[in-house]
Amino acid sequence: MKRSRITEVNDWFLERFPLTKLWNEHMAHYYAPKNFNFWYFFGSLALLVLVNQILTGIFLTMNYKPDAKLAFDSVEYIMRDVNWGWLIRYMHSTGSSAFFIVVYLHMFRGLLYGSFKHPRELIWIFGMLLFVALMAEAFMGYLLPWGQMSYWGAQVIISLFSAIPVIGDDLSLWLRGDYVVSDATLNRFFAFHVIAVPLALVMLVFLHIVALHEVGSNNPDGIEIKKLKDPWGHPVDGIPFHPYYTVKDLVGVGVFMLFFATVIFYMPEMGGYFLEHANFIPADPMKTPEHIAPVWYFTPFYAILRAIPDKFAGVIGMGGAIVVLFLLPWLDRSPVKSIRYRGGIYKKALCLFVISFLALGYLGTQPATPTATIFARLFTTIYFGFFLLMPIYTRWEKTKPVPKRLTKVHSLEEQLHTLEEQLPTLIEEITVLKPAATEIGHSAFKGSSFTRQPNPEGIKNVISRLVKKVKGSLD
Amino acid sequence: MKNLIALFLLLLSFGGAASEGIELQKANVDLSSNDSLQRGAKHFVTYCLGCHSIKHIRYLRIALDINVDPKKILKDIAPEGANIYDQLHSAMNAHDAEKWFGIQPPDLSLIARSRGADWLYSYLKSYYIDPKSPRGVNNLIFEDTAMPNPLWQLQGDQHAEPKKNIWGKEYTKLVLEKPGTLSEGEFDIFVNDLVNFLVYAGEPVQLERQRIGKYAIFFILMFIVVAYLLKKEYWKDID
Amino acid sequence: MNNKGVDQSKRQFLTTALTVVGAVGTGYLAVPFLAQMQPSAKAMAAGAPVEVDISKMEPGQLIRVAWRGKPVWILNRTAQVLETLKTLDNELRDPLSQESIQPESSKNPVRSIKPEIFVAVGLCTHLGCSPTFRPEIAPNDLGDKWKGGFFCPCHGSWFDLAGRVYRGVPAPTNLEIPPYRYITDTQLIVGESAEEASA
Repeated sequence: MKRSRITEVNDWFLERFPLTKLWNEHMAHYYAPKNFNFWYFFGSLALLVLVNQILTGIFLTMNYKPDAKLAFDSVEYIMRDVNWGWLIRYMHSTGSSAFFIVVYLHMFRGLLYGSFKHPRELIWIFGMLLFVALMAEAFMGYLLPWGQMSYWGAQVIISLFSAIPVIGDDLSLWLRGDYVVSDATLNRFFAFHVIAVPLALVMLVFLHIVALHEVGSNNPDGIEIKKLKDPWGHPVDGIPFHPYYTVKDLVGVGVFMLFFATVIFYMPEMGGYFLEHANFIPADPMKTPEHIAPVWYFTPFYAILRAIPDKFAGVIGMGGAIVVLFLLPWLDRSPVKSIRYRGGIYKKALCLFVISFLALGYLGTQPATPTATIFARLFTTIYFGFFLLMPIYTRWEKTKPVPKRLTKVHSLEEQLHTLEEQLPTLIEEITVLKPAATEIGHSAFKGSSFTRQPNPEGIKNVISRLVKKVKGSLD
Repeated sequence: MKNLIALFLLLLSFGGAASEGIELQKANVDLSSNDSLQRGAKHFVTYCLGCHSIKHIRYLRIALDINVDPKKILKDIAPEGANIYDQLHSAMNAHDAEKWFGIQPPDLSLIARSRGADWLYSYLKSYYIDPKSPRGVNNLIFEDTAMPNPLWQLQGDQHAEPKKNIWGKEYTKLVLEKPGTLSEGEFDIFVNDLVNFLVYAGEPVQLERQRIGKYAIFFILMFIVVAYLLKKEYWKDID
Repeated sequence: MNNKGVDQSKRQFLTTALTVVGAVGTGYLAVPFLAQMQPSAKAMAAGAPVEVDISKMEPGQLIRVAWRGKPVWILNRTAQVLETLKTLDNELRDPLSQESIQPESSKNPVRSIKPEIFVAVGLCTHLGCSPTFRPEIAPNDLGDKWKGGFFCPCHGSWFDLAGRVYRGVPAPTNLEIPPYRYITDTQLIVGESAEEASA
């Protein structure tokens, strides 16, 4: 049989490069648990956003000028004079916020299902390093537009380093390369933002994935699928990543893009959260804006900083809030991974933690009034309490027995379907039928026209059932 | 649980309290109205360009975006001698500006994005006679503003009157003392056109962005449908 | 896992459909990225047509103006030069400018609208160096065959005073003539042809 030219070239290549092997190892023969749910979309989405940031970033760099005199105008030049510059810029600016949304949800998944626990501690550590690198990347990128928020945000954050005893002042001076944030700072931040940190990010993503594929993915049940294998050596509860999860993740990608495009095309400023209003004023070293707040993704940590009434302790608190996340695999002493089999204490603690994280995030965007500070302190305490008390409450609480095999949970589609079926009865319950009180209309229709009106009794019943269900799921 | 809810309500309440201030009047922004934008551009060049530039937009771009012939925009709107490729540069030099106003009048390319349309609309309408102020006028929205009222001939003179609302809360009401060349209704339209133009100039691509967005979102929806069907097909294998 | 009763053709169809939708989407998404590397509005503004006043030009004088950042020559040719140009056809690669770039109005043996005023982009069609203006006849360094013209110092290409390239030199075509037109008798505008202006 005569081989075609293409096959020949193909073979020539494959003899010299293990493409098939790589593909099989990480896609076609990489067995993932078959019960991934909603929360498992965010890993692949984070990768997608990273690619978006790198691509749009490269194209922005072609027209951006890292010079204090030119930077602000060059961004507006991109927004107006460069063909499609506005789209690429909005993709980048929205992408940075999307990155944090996706990563926060990805991390929350870890907390839900114990993905950081043995044997995945290293994956968690790489992930946390990624998170820190991402924060550095975002922080330095935010200086580049050289608006008022860029400037004063950088000023405040760099000043944090001056709180460190003995070396603090010299350190912050060294970071800035000047006595204030200036052209020198902008130029070096540009260098870090476009090459140094992205390189670190890409390498860490590589390590994160290599480590993950070595031990295999966790799942919502927190069961190691590798423990139970079929005669061919494949996990019985595992399915090949490709095609099953590639096609599933593509749906996730589509839905994500839907939200992403909606923001880009219809609300790129996101009410001043993604692009802050004060950042449309060029940086002015002589005048601080009335109210400065970091971009939303930093506000929880910023609120912790402000909650502590001592400069150095505040910095330690803010740093500690991140360091403590690194220690998570060793703080958690529970024998089970997934929240499904943990006791009620962890569920309630996690719930409180999420509330305090969101509340801190909100407080960080608001001016520090005395009341706000009291609340910030309360939530800071809960934040740290969640982690630091973990060795006690996770050991102490009663867990449920973990099954041997993955459990079947109704998918979102099935749940929607059930809801659809239940809807008529639900409407029946929360409303009462009353004869229509209309005067107009033909008398023949009288008596046959009714209107539905809310039934307080029914609504109360439904709500109390819902509350019981929520309460039950927290035990 | 109850405590938590109470806590959240409290949080919300002081969030609201923080944004207390003078209530802004709503500007009626309509970027699809080329007539309003053309009038706004004309007003800007006549009343603002003397001191303020919009250095990030060119006459040509305005002409294309608001559907005016480039030759016509040079004749009717742009100042004498402007080139179609020029940006809206002010003729005032920085040194004079510092001397006259104490500060350099800011470039207004992005003023609508940093301040918002309602603020601009209210600001331009809120000048009043104030003998205590060095300029003789003051502004309710932006106290001790360095900018004299450029539109006083059109609006006329206003003065401030302290009032109380029905809940006994004090506020200041501006009352027209001496009418200007425009009636109050005409003046509102005048300022609104100007603000409309500034909103446009803040991000000239706005309308196009929204137009393209429709196609992008439609396309993504199509992608989702096909991807979902494919997923469903493959996942038949999994029980 | 159960692979029984799988409708392979449906799978194949949906996979192809998704690939097509994805490829079209990627294609559309690539457009902004590629288009952003095109000249921006600023570059286009800087490359706008330029007006040149030629009322003060002496016969034999060459002036240079910048159009789109490129040097554009405007040469006032004497009657003698125009005579010489007629005699060179045999030594030239493209004497009638069949394969060279110029607006219709300049597609003639002297390559200009008015015979005496010659306008050309001063960049060699070989690799883009700017040739030097050498109006003298038979100078020492260029030899007897030189009848006055433009000489490219980079790779030694010869052009006559109508910007036509000689045979046996690296440059492939005649010098490019930019679009231009006369506003008045002594004023021209470079970068805009007569056809464009009337459109």
